[in-house]
Amino acid sequence: MIDIPDLIGLLNYWVVIVLMMSGFYVVIAQGNLIKKIVGLNIFQVSVFVFYISMGKIEGGSAPILDDAIEIYSNPLPHVLILTAIVVGVATTALALALVVRINAAYGTIEEDEIQAIEHEEEDVAC
Amino acid sequence: MLTSDPWLILLVVVPLLAAPVCVLLRNATAAWAVALVVSWSIFGIAVKLLIQVLEQGEVFYRIGGWDAPWGIEYKLDPLGAFVVVIIATIGAVVIPYAKKSVENEIQKERIYLFYTMMLLCISGLLGITVTGDAFNLFVFLEISSLSSYVLISMGQDRRALTAAYRYLIMGTIGATFYIIGVGLMYQMTGSLNFADLSTIMPAIADTRTVLAALAFLTVGISLKLALFPLHMWLPNAYTFAPSAVTAFLAATATKVSLYVLLRIFFTVFGEVDLFATFPLQPVLIGMALAGMFLASLSAIWQENLKRMMAYSSVAQIGYMVLGVALATEAGLAGGIIHLFNHALVKGTAFLAIGAIIYSTGAVTLRDLRGVGKSMPLLMAAFIVAGLGLIGVPLTAGFVSKWQLVTATLEADMWPLAALILLSSLLAVIYVWRIFEVAYLRDSHLAPVKIIKKLPLSMLIPTWILALASLYFGTHATLTMDIAHTAARQLMGGM
Repeated sequence: MIDIPDLIGLLNYWVVIVLMMSGFYVVIAQGNLIKKIVGLNIFQVSVFVFYISMGKIEGGSAPILDDAIEIYSNPLPHVLILTAIVVGVATTALALALVVRINAAYGTIEEDEIQAIEHEEEDVAC
Repeated sequence: MLTSDPWLILLVVVPLLAAPVCVLLRNATAAWAVALVVSWSIFGIAVKLLIQVLEQGEVFYRIGGWDAPWGIEYKLDPLGAFVVVIIATIGAVVIPYAKKSVENEIQKERIYLFYTMMLLCISGLLGITVTGDAFNLFVFLEISSLSSYVLISMGQDRRALTAAYRYLIMGTIGATFYIIGVGLMYQMTGSLNFADLSTIMPAIADTRTVLAALAFLTVGISLKLALFPLHMWLPNAYTFAPSAVTAFLAATATKVSLYVLLRIFFTVFGEVDLFATFPLQPVLIGMALAGMFLASLSAIWQENLKRMMAYSSVAQIGYMVLGVALATEAGLAGGIIHLFNHALVKGTAFLAIGAIIYSTGAVTLRDLRGVGKSMPLLMAAFIVAGLGLIGVPLTAGFVSKWQLVTATLEADMWPLAALILLSSLLAVIYVWRIFEVAYLRDSHLAPVKIIKKLPLSMLIPTWILALASLYFGTHATLTMDIAHTAARQLMGGM
């Protein structure tokens, strides 16, 4: 039997899984290059939430040395995710820049239309 | 007490700092000069470190003086040193070659950015190899990946843009899978240091969290490795990237991913009998074999030389993974030696193709009639590489295939040995297609026209790699010894 309080206690992880899978689905299923990037971002954000949840301890404080504080949350996953967020921003920026260039070169950002243009080119070339 | 060796950190820091210098210079020749000096000094440091590691054992560097496992530790063992030398060699050969090739293929005002990205990519790949920290590895993975997306998008054809975009999506999914895996491991162990993880792992290896971590890590890295069937990004990326970039990435990027896979399987899970506990072996062998055959078959049908060699790369990755999947010392040695030999062989092939594009402007088989007569010296190097891909004796490819076949026989898997030989026959077919076009077909007609004379700065690097592959095909003791030492050390934990 699944314990109901357990389910609620693991709420963060449920959110992580839902976000991860919906983001992943959007990346695969969407044909629009911008929407794919949105999906990719949701996918990455789920990992951020995952790391942050993992470091948090109930009643835990920020890592400031003080006699009054006994329980600390683990700050390391939070710091790691700060790095991962920066990497994510860089990736998104680069992806958007590529989409701008693709739009200029093809006149569209729909994947199927781009593929149609590319197939035509290859047919002409052969 | 082990002391930190500053040479180790220089490997990463020098190219990382040189990259913004190239941006500030804003001049193609100056940026190239910086990249040249950096890549050659890196090569010097890499060789020095390899000798040091082989003679005196592992080299360490502790960042900021913090001890592992709390601080980030850089660590170089024989395997790492071997991979570092591969990256440094290819970098040192490709940068001089790139000057003319890039002038021909990239707009003049963007060239300094090309060298910036090359340096960043070298720095990222070296960082992956030397770091002993799982999260630090992710950061370097993204540095090398982001710069390679940019490098690929610099290709002339507009399809380079879509190829780069697709690689970006697949690569980011792979890297994100990797950090999910690292996160799950951290949740169980509280550690990110590879050596530390390997001591904690046996106690928790049976938990579902670790199992999930292993799955995420394996799939994520396989995406970057372009292991069949996760290779979809590779053919287009290699085909439309500038020639120098293709040569560099084909010889280094996938090899470094294989190195990461080895680190996870045999260092992090080194104390766990991974291959006995999980059904990894049949899955990996299945994918390796599918890659060897299907990708080779695809290569046979390609008209575009670059795309043909790209599919051939997917097939060759299959051989390396096959060696790893055997999980014996001989198999690992085979995978590692093939990693080195294939870097030389495929580097030669792509450099030669780049030179053909420079001189004739053509890259499809049907436009290259008689190219063996127009460019005899260059095509000779290409044929050396082709023979290496098949695994003909006296070439480097023979040494690694021999080792792989021996390893499969030792492991009592003789059908695999037969399949390795059979798939090599497929390589004979696509190499023969090139040979036929270059030397035999319609030999009474005029061969393809040379538009631009091939500069020595492109011919010499191609031949350096070609001669190296011949040298290591006939004098294999040195590389085999290193591969065996590395394999022994990886297996040591089991």
